Amino acid sequence: MKIKLLYFASLADRAGRSAETRDTSANTPQDLYAEVAREHAFEFSPAHVRVAVNGALAGWDRPLADGDEVVFLPPVSGG
Amino acid sequence: MKRFELRDAPIDAAAERSGLEHPAAGGCVTFEGWVRDHNDARAVTRLDYQAYGPLAEKEGAAILDEACGRFELRAARCVHRVGALAIGEMAVWVGVSADHRDAAFAACRWIIDEVKRRVPIWKNEHYADGESGWLHPSA
Repeated sequence: MKIKLLYFASLADRAGRSAETRDTSANTPQDLYAEVAREHAFEFSPAHVRVAVNGALAGWDRPLADGDEVVFLPPVSGG
Repeated sequence: MKRFELRDAPIDAAAERSGLEHPAAGGCVTFEGWVRDHNDARAVTRLDYQAYGPLAEKEGAAILDEACGRFELRAARCVHRVGALAIGEMAVWVGVSADHRDAAFAACRWIIDEVKRRVPIWKNEHYADGESGWLHPSA
């Protein structure tokens, strides 16, 4: 299935892009993060990352569907 | 007027303050976060803020709703900048009004702490030596 990913901050730097559409067999954000973290050499373990699916915070084991938009959120630094 | 707002233009604190007015309020507490010229002993020349907009606005609004449940408030608002900021510019503004000062002080502090902890906004610091880096605290 096709998943759209958005990348922010240092994850965008590491990935060399701010978005990508990926054909993947990952069924959950957990599997998808393992896939993209390996490919882009992300430095954060999942314990330091939050997940959003279609604009809302989601669990790591939420089932993914074709066309979902997934964002992995590294530790934030607003304020 | 949105209670939590991302903005790509300078924040006018006086204009924001007027959004806190309420006949039953006995006062307001506001917090202004400014861009400072140093961090961890490095000279900082400017900042960029990047946000995941749809979720930042949702999470910011949730924080203000939660604040209104935790504290006796008449109004609670927050504006956060995105984009390029110079030293001295206001990066974030938080304001609350309440019948009494205890709730106002406590709520303002709670809101800025939650915004820094939860809202998907990231700061890229540009240093005097030409380097830059995204801040990811606690990682």
